[in-house]
Amino acid sequence: MDFFNLEPAEWQALLLTLKVASAALAVALPLAVLMAFVLARYRFTGHGAVNALVHLPLVLPPVVTGYVLLLTFGRKGPVGSFLDSVFGVTFAFNWTGAALAAGVMAFPLMVRPIRLSFEAVDPKLEEAAKSLGAHRLTAFLTVTLPLALPGILGGAILGFAKAMGEFGATITFVSNIPGETRTLSLALYTATQTPGGDLAAFRLTLIAAFVAFAALIASEALARRLRARMGGGHA
Amino acid sequence: MLDVDIKGRVGQLDLEARFASGGGVTSLFGQSGAGKTTLTNMIAGLIKPISGHIAVNGTTLFDAQKGINLSVQARRIGHVFQDARLFPHLSVASNLTYARWAGRRPGTRDMAEVVDLLGLGNLLERKPGTLSGGEKQRVAIGRALLSDPRLLIMDEPLANLDQARRNDILPYLDRLCVEAGIPILYVSHSIEEVARLSNTLVILSDGRTPAFGPVADMLARTDLGRATGRHEASALLEGTVTRCDPDWGLTDVDIGGAILQIPDMAAEPGDAVRLRIRARDVALAVVPPEGLSIRNAFGATIRSISSENGPYAEILCSVRGQVLRARITRASVADLDLHTGKDVTVLIKSVAIDRRQRAPALADADTGGNSAG
Repeated sequence: MDFFNLEPAEWQALLLTLKVASAALAVALPLAVLMAFVLARYRFTGHGAVNALVHLPLVLPPVVTGYVLLLTFGRKGPVGSFLDSVFGVTFAFNWTGAALAAGVMAFPLMVRPIRLSFEAVDPKLEEAAKSLGAHRLTAFLTVTLPLALPGILGGAILGFAKAMGEFGATITFVSNIPGETRTLSLALYTATQTPGGDLAAFRLTLIAAFVAFAALIASEALARRLRARMGGGHA
Repeated sequence: MLDVDIKGRVGQLDLEARFASGGGVTSLFGQSGAGKTTLTNMIAGLIKPISGHIAVNGTTLFDAQKGINLSVQARRIGHVFQDARLFPHLSVASNLTYARWAGRRPGTRDMAEVVDLLGLGNLLERKPGTLSGGEKQRVAIGRALLSDPRLLIMDEPLANLDQARRNDILPYLDRLCVEAGIPILYVSHSIEEVARLSNTLVILSDGRTPAFGPVADMLARTDLGRATGRHEASALLEGTVTRCDPDWGLTDVDIGGAILQIPDMAAEPGDAVRLRIRARDVALAVVPPEGLSIRNAFGATIRSISSENGPYAEILCSVRGQVLRARITRASVADLDLHTGKDVTVLIKSVAIDRRQRAPALADADTGGNSAG
């Protein structure tokens, strides 16, 4: 077998990882943008508590986060059983659970840079937009959001990378099931635990490195195009 | 057209403003910290007053008693901010049309007309980051004009520009003030801009509006020295250009029977102009002098003399139906036996008249029945 041809198990792990990370990003990014905007623009009682809660997965051991997810979103957990009985959605021990764990872990990493970029946008520009007839949401979508786009892109990349590499919370919450929850990281871990799995581990390492590298190159190109569109002068 | 009577409080500033003006350009004049920006933000709807009412062209924008408080969007006020506030990620063209595509205000004003009026033709494809300060302000003015406003607020649009840029943009403002066709509230702490551009002057001092009225009347009031700035005390003369003499570089302006000669301005015979004459550039003589280098000497009658404790006296004279203001020493008033009703000769050095001061006369704009003098 050619060294450069992926084995079915490797394909499975790679595609699953991309699926999990993409799903995590698709759900968590809009929420992160909203949360970052609220934290950046509004001062309210409980602001500090909300901020701390958002950042909690960053400082907690991932295993703790995974266990908390298991307790709340597991089949017997309060949220998990509710979602199961009402919508028929289960997170326990399938890939959506892996995506949930990845999304929760990536969330604070996304909120932080996005919040900074919102704070860098002058709120007076929104006043100007309103004076020109734009309503609040329109002003946000046409002025604030585009200006914060570089930061949102940065947050998305960070979040995607975190989601791809998530390990502790995932294995605690949804275990290590081939084809269902065994992402690249889990597959790599499995290989290192298997006698004679060194070559497999090495190949998985290369795959992970390649994907990360490609994502970085792509995001850099995207960032450059964004800057060119924004800056005008220093494009 | 513009009716404001509000009370409000922002930080340390207690604001109590009351004025009315009829169309054209209304200038809000006051020193830094007098509350100019606070007052305009209240009119624009960015700050809520505590009590009172605001109406533009008969439309009530705010009325505390009736519980009316239109949102910023609903007020339809074009706001030109001191710092321009262009959207940096959009081209000049997209900035100009923002109200149309984001504000859903189709507008009746022709875009090409506005572009031409403000000289924006070469800038349309550029990003705000590449524009000079003066260009940014012109784009901001155009953007506000194209938002179909019922009132245009210009909050010190020249404050952040150096003198050269100001002189670049002032001719555009001259045209704008005449051609905008909507009332303009012009905020400034520069008596030069105010005298040049406005029909009505509202004085704002420590959050209060002690006086408002036609600009020539207001400038002629000697009791407002503290608010208008003593050093810059001046009066407005209006006239018509009769002759431009390229040999001597002089322009003749008819101010109602008398000819004022000033260093050549960019004006054509027949143009209506407004000249601001500073009080410190005017001298008085009791007998018509001879052999002087001063080219402008007219007969005038003293209307009033106000002297205070300082060394100076402020004298208002009638010249062909217009008012001229002179500042001389109190000692001269005593020596020459000047008193109200006395006929004198006023002397104005031609070179003291700022030749950049070309502005449309009051009669050009719809002054809503207010007349100068």
